[in-house]
Amino acid sequence: MKVLLTGIAGASGRLVAHKLVASGHKVIGIDRRPWPDAPEGVSMHKADVRKRSAEEVFRSERPDAVVHMATVTHLARRSEDRYQINLQGTRAVFDHSNAYGVKQVIFVGRHTFYGASAASPLYHGEDDPPQSVNVFPELSDLVAADLYAGSALWRYENLSTCILRFCYTLGPACSGTLASYLKGKRVPTVLGFDPLFQFMHDDDLATAIVLALDKSLRGVFNVAGPSPVPLSVVIREAGRKQIMVPEIMFRLAIGRMGFPRLPQGAIAHLKFPVTMTTEAFREATGFVHEHDHASILRDFLDACPVPS
Amino acid sequence: MAWLIDDEIMDRVERLEIDFNRYGVDAYGASKKDMARAGTVMAWLYRKYFDVSVHGIEHVPKRGRGMLVGNHSGGLALDATIVSASMMLEADPPRLVNAMADKFIERVPFGSMILSRIGQLTGLPQHAVRLLNDERLLMVFPEGHHGTAKLYGDRNSLVRFGTGFVRLALKTRTPIVPFAFIGGGEAIPTIANLEKVGKFLGLPYLPVTPYGPPLPRPVALEIYYSEPMVFEGTGNEEDRVIQGYVGKVRDRIAGLIERGVRIRKGRGEASQS
Repeated sequence: MKVLLTGIAGASGRLVAHKLVASGHKVIGIDRRPWPDAPEGVSMHKADVRKRSAEEVFRSERPDAVVHMATVTHLARRSEDRYQINLQGTRAVFDHSNAYGVKQVIFVGRHTFYGASAASPLYHGEDDPPQSVNVFPELSDLVAADLYAGSALWRYENLSTCILRFCYTLGPACSGTLASYLKGKRVPTVLGFDPLFQFMHDDDLATAIVLALDKSLRGVFNVAGPSPVPLSVVIREAGRKQIMVPEIMFRLAIGRMGFPRLPQGAIAHLKFPVTMTTEAFREATGFVHEHDHASILRDFLDACPVPS
Repeated sequence: MAWLIDDEIMDRVERLEIDFNRYGVDAYGASKKDMARAGTVMAWLYRKYFDVSVHGIEHVPKRGRGMLVGNHSGGLALDATIVSASMMLEADPPRLVNAMADKFIERVPFGSMILSRIGQLTGLPQHAVRLLNDERLLMVFPEGHHGTAKLYGDRNSLVRFGTGFVRLALKTRTPIVPFAFIGGGEAIPTIANLEKVGKFLGLPYLPVTPYGPPLPRPVALEIYYSEPMVFEGTGNEEDRVIQGYVGKVRDRIAGLIERGVRIRKGRGEASQS
């Protein structure tokens, strides 16, 4: 199968590309960033998904399937730019897929869709509405992109659309929201809160995407790995030191004194859990995560050792 | 031995028939170590401070889903705590009781952290359904927070019951085990509930006793469990039908309270003579 991968040069994108090539697919990559040592079987196109040049890739390559990973999830980037990429980019991908005969589109979403708040339940099902757009407006573009992708299920009936909402990933890629939060020697948490965190291995994310392609999965699915563990345990097992900071001080210290740069809304995600049920995906695809907690954290520690 | 953990209690926690991961944490964040620590303190209160007697614990299913449904008696979750402790300390094998905590606790620092570590989640319908489908033992007080606000004179009465618990039981095919908790009103003899002061402290209200703070006195407490009640249905019945089932459970609990109070009075008179 010919698979077009947007956002291929990102850490997860590369892993997915490798896995697709290994399982015999032909991969076409689109990204604004270069990937100089892309493996054989991957043809790279340096393009912005929103631009004409990206449409030309669809037109000339005529892929069978598209995996859309070109969403910006990290929060350091200016929000207007993010909004453009996440929403207009997603729209462009679906429009082109429909116009140029793509059979399946996989939108790679995040568990942050559900949002963290005191009133939200543990273990979100796929039918749960997004709950904390108001407390964490910086995430609204991702929520909107996810919902927009979902609308393709009725908008483009001949397109098999699949939305995968992944929990945090961790492992050898040493990138992503959770990895950057855990990078330092000391990891700040909000005093008096210890939410459950659900995370999976970078490789398992790639495996899940390839499985969804192979099974021509259609619909919205949560994807997670082993059972969630308290944040304090994640920090301890990652060899880091937990620093508990009262919420008022945490708000003031964000972005200063070696604290990670986070929007204020992100604090909710350090106070309350966002965990998901993943039975539907496992049933539909037979997905079994290969890496347990220990193996995920070992790979993370190898790639991201505690700074001295 | 870890700090403040009794070996016997740790042993009981180890015998809980629920799945823990390699870090000793279950799927909802309950930690073996924290449960043993809380259990150690509870065991002291249960055995040394209060004089707790339990009747009919054999009616509680040993395994599989179940719903403990009872009256509120005594504020500050004294009833919920002692009933949970009875299942941990007296049931064989011990069972973890999952109560449904008030939503305000989630926002308070340490509130949700401590509660989730000892296996208690916020009172959301989704949580209840999930726990029951996971074959857990759920504790429900259908009187809601109006029940905890009973004053001393009303300590052995029941206020209006909600209907959600019966729909939940029908939907998940869960047996209801009615229970009565007696003595909480004497442990914390509430003469007034201060709403404004409570709001200031982040509580729904603050109970006041003749001696001021709502600290429980060391009195005798009794728990009466009775035979499981199983209703047939889907949970989508009209309110009228559900009210009928609720009435049956309420009557059973009222009967248990009546019996318990009679025995308690008899014993009180006997000890006075």
